[in-house]
Amino acid sequence: MVSGPCGASDAAGEPRRSDPLYELIDGSTAIVRGALDAGCTFFAGYPITPASSILMAMLRRLPAAGGAAVQAEDEIAAIGMCVGATLAGARSMTATSGPGISLMSETIGLAVMGEVPLVIVDVQRLGPSTGGATTVAQGDVQFVRWGTSGGYPVIVLAPSSTAECYALTRRAFDLAERFRCPVFVLTDKELALTTETVAVVPGPPPVPRPRRAAPPSAGAAPAHRFEPAADVTPMAHVGSGAPVRFTSSTHDEQGFLTKDPVTVGRLNEHLRAKVMEHVDEITMIDIDLQPGASTVVVSYGVTAGAVRDAARALRRRGRQVSTLTVQSLWPVPGPALAAVAATHDRVVVAELNHGQYRREVERVVAGRAAVVGLHRTDGGLITPEQVAESVR
Amino acid sequence: MTAAQPAAARCATYRNDRTYPFCPGCGHGRILDRLNDALVALGRDPREVVIVSDIGCSGLSDQYFVTDAFHGLHGRSITYATGIKIARPDLTVVVVMGDGGTGIGGAHLLAAARRNIGLTVLVLDNLNFGMTGGQHSSTTPDGAITSSTPHGSVERPLDICATVGVNGAAYAARCTSSDSDLSARIQEGIECDGFALLDIWGPCTAHFAARNGASRQRLAATLDRLGFATGVLHRAARPEFTNAHAAACRGEATPPPGRPEGAEPLAAPRLRTPLRVVVAGSAGAKVRSAARLASRAALLSGLRVTQRDDYPVTVQTGHCVASLVLSPEEIHFSGVERPDVLLALSADGVARTARQLAAMGPGDRVFVLPGVALGATRATVTTIDPAQASGTLAPRQVALYALAVALLAMDALSEDVLLAAADAATGRHAAAANATVRRAAATVECRTAARADACGDP
Ligand code: SF4
Repeated sequence: MVSGPCGASDAAGEPRRSDPLYELIDGSTAIVRGALDAGCTFFAGYPITPASSILMAMLRRLPAAGGAAVQAEDEIAAIGMCVGATLAGARSMTATSGPGISLMSETIGLAVMGEVPLVIVDVQRLGPSTGGATTVAQGDVQFVRWGTSGGYPVIVLAPSSTAECYALTRRAFDLAERFRCPVFVLTDKELALTTETVAVVPGPPPVPRPRRAAPPSAGAAPAHRFEPAADVTPMAHVGSGAPVRFTSSTHDEQGFLTKDPVTVGRLNEHLRAKVMEHVDEITMIDIDLQPGASTVVVSYGVTAGAVRDAARALRRRGRQVSTLTVQSLWPVPGPALAAVAATHDRVVVAELNHGQYRREVERVVAGRAAVVGLHRTDGGLITPEQVAESVR
Repeated sequence: MTAAQPAAARCATYRNDRTYPFCPGCGHGRILDRLNDALVALGRDPREVVIVSDIGCSGLSDQYFVTDAFHGLHGRSITYATGIKIARPDLTVVVVMGDGGTGIGGAHLLAAARRNIGLTVLVLDNLNFGMTGGQHSSTTPDGAITSSTPHGSVERPLDICATVGVNGAAYAARCTSSDSDLSARIQEGIECDGFALLDIWGPCTAHFAARNGASRQRLAATLDRLGFATGVLHRAARPEFTNAHAAACRGEATPPPGRPEGAEPLAAPRLRTPLRVVVAGSAGAKVRSAARLASRAALLSGLRVTQRDDYPVTVQTGHCVASLVLSPEEIHFSGVERPDVLLALSADGVARTARQLAAMGPGDRVFVLPGVALGATRATVTTIDPAQASGTLAPRQVALYALAVALLAMDALSEDVLLAAADAATGRHAAAANATVRRAAATVECRTAARADACGDP
């Protein structure tokens, strides 16, 4: 760590015209902007540290942007309202932290079963349980993936910087629409609440991608289509003229309850295939390979910052290291991870938990390289120095 | 969010051709027939009616209508209905739930009544859990034998109507499934502008009636013993939620979010390497706002900045520590394990940053307020005395004063950018911050000139 200031300035103290311009914002603000730019029209949430600033910003900003936002009576109601609003044509988001995700668990399953596009922001704090409300952690990585009964896939994106908080929230809305399923934006206390200089993207606000809605005259056409299994049917809204039958129970293509094994088998294969057969389309990773490096450091979220910092410092000292930041945590970008691992001897997985994503990396690397974990669970951040020490 | 609709088609029936699945004698089918009668009488376009149900025998109800239908999780129907109603206030939203749902979803029932949101809730109250085998529910009368109260229930049944009535509902009625005026009551509920609830008694024939009897007389006697009146029990005129909420939001002064605006740098960066600054103080001492001002000043110097705040959940007591990284290049890591500069403003702050202080070495700088005790440190310690600036420096200005002195003394930021950042603050805060920065600059000038004895207010 370099210490001390430098008194000298550029020639004649001329201001450095900065291109692009920078502004100071935190991750929560970036998430709110991303949601608004993605066309979010409904937000419901319940106060919880460290996610409350998203709730408060949405309550103030969404009505002015033509939508509606409410503080619900609990997290169960918050996500339930989001589901209802989405069925009525809205684009919905909720934001909470680990304890709130626990309460939302059952409705996450409902959204999976009923194929509801939904964005859920998890601002992680240290667990288990109420844990540390103002303390950083990355302990919900497996929880958000497996946090509802049945084991069916959801999509999880993890921004690793303030700028990515904006970009990945927008991407989350697009993926939710594309695959009609809950999409998590998995962030944490530090990313959400740390203020940072971020480059301003010039230009007018982006035009949200319109929802692929079923035509109102659909009449007797099936509301849900299970085949081809990997295809996603356009959504029908209540009150749009097309008869809409939504159910969280096993159902046929008309939305009526059924236990017919053939129909149920098709339904569940569809829920699996529509996400898992599109891993390549969903994959977002940031690979920074260095020729000659024997170690690649894999990380995500706030920890990726320390890894980038460590890589910069190591390379300045003439050392070689590769890095890989995973933005799309789930479904696991297996082929991309395996390909990078295959060109290195060691894979270090750095994360603020006891190795939750390391087990996924071990699974896809399947012995092509040694996989080791770098963990921290005391509420502090993994530091660039720790990362540097882990690199051989 | 409203969709264009073709002209409403008047419907002879809102039932589809599917047969009810209920047990012989069960009241559920009768209640659904009365709901159908009410919809026919009202003549609402079936494409603009949504029936929302949840779990239990009542949860099967939505499948027997040509309206839109939503079947969800136990006791949560009101939450989906609320979302639908907020997104499409023009729709007629009818919730069909059971007395199990009013138990597990009690919080939603209360909140919906308090909001007075325009839903019509029909509680198909069969006095027990039918589908799962006759266990006691939120409305099982005390003394009743159920599969989970073999010795008789000792819990007081929930008075649903009274509960929603005193908590803001627009309409509450208690009926039985065989009432001749049931469809008229359901119509009233649907027509009412606000939260309407009908608690419709119809004991489960398979379980409750088999164990406790359910003749009309017996039901009447139970209602009488409990003091549960029947008929329309409550009517109140209150603003309906979706209207009231939209109106309140229209009054909101916040403009729609504009496009993000960047700041044009006013000066060249004075730093060539990152400077990590920790401001260690107490809650209420404006530590975070001082750090915000410094962050803005760094932005105006063309630097990259991160500001990380650390404070307990009880934000008005204990420590408040702001960590700043100021750097001429991209900052990837906002953590500060070893500060280049630490400002020790209070005992709380010092206690919280003991590890960082211990990590500091010679060449690192600690600025400390008089009277704040520091542990042993290898860093260079300088005392900043706010009294030096002026006798009138408000306690809320001390953090900014100390931070400005430190940053100016280290030549990390110029007085000009600090003043520009101060001026960007709101209203009277700007004037106060501006004055504080000027005092800090005067102090630093005196120190630099080694005339500390001559230093006073600028
Ligand atoms: S179990 Fe009870 S409530 Fe359910 S259908 Fe049969 S009689 Fe009706």
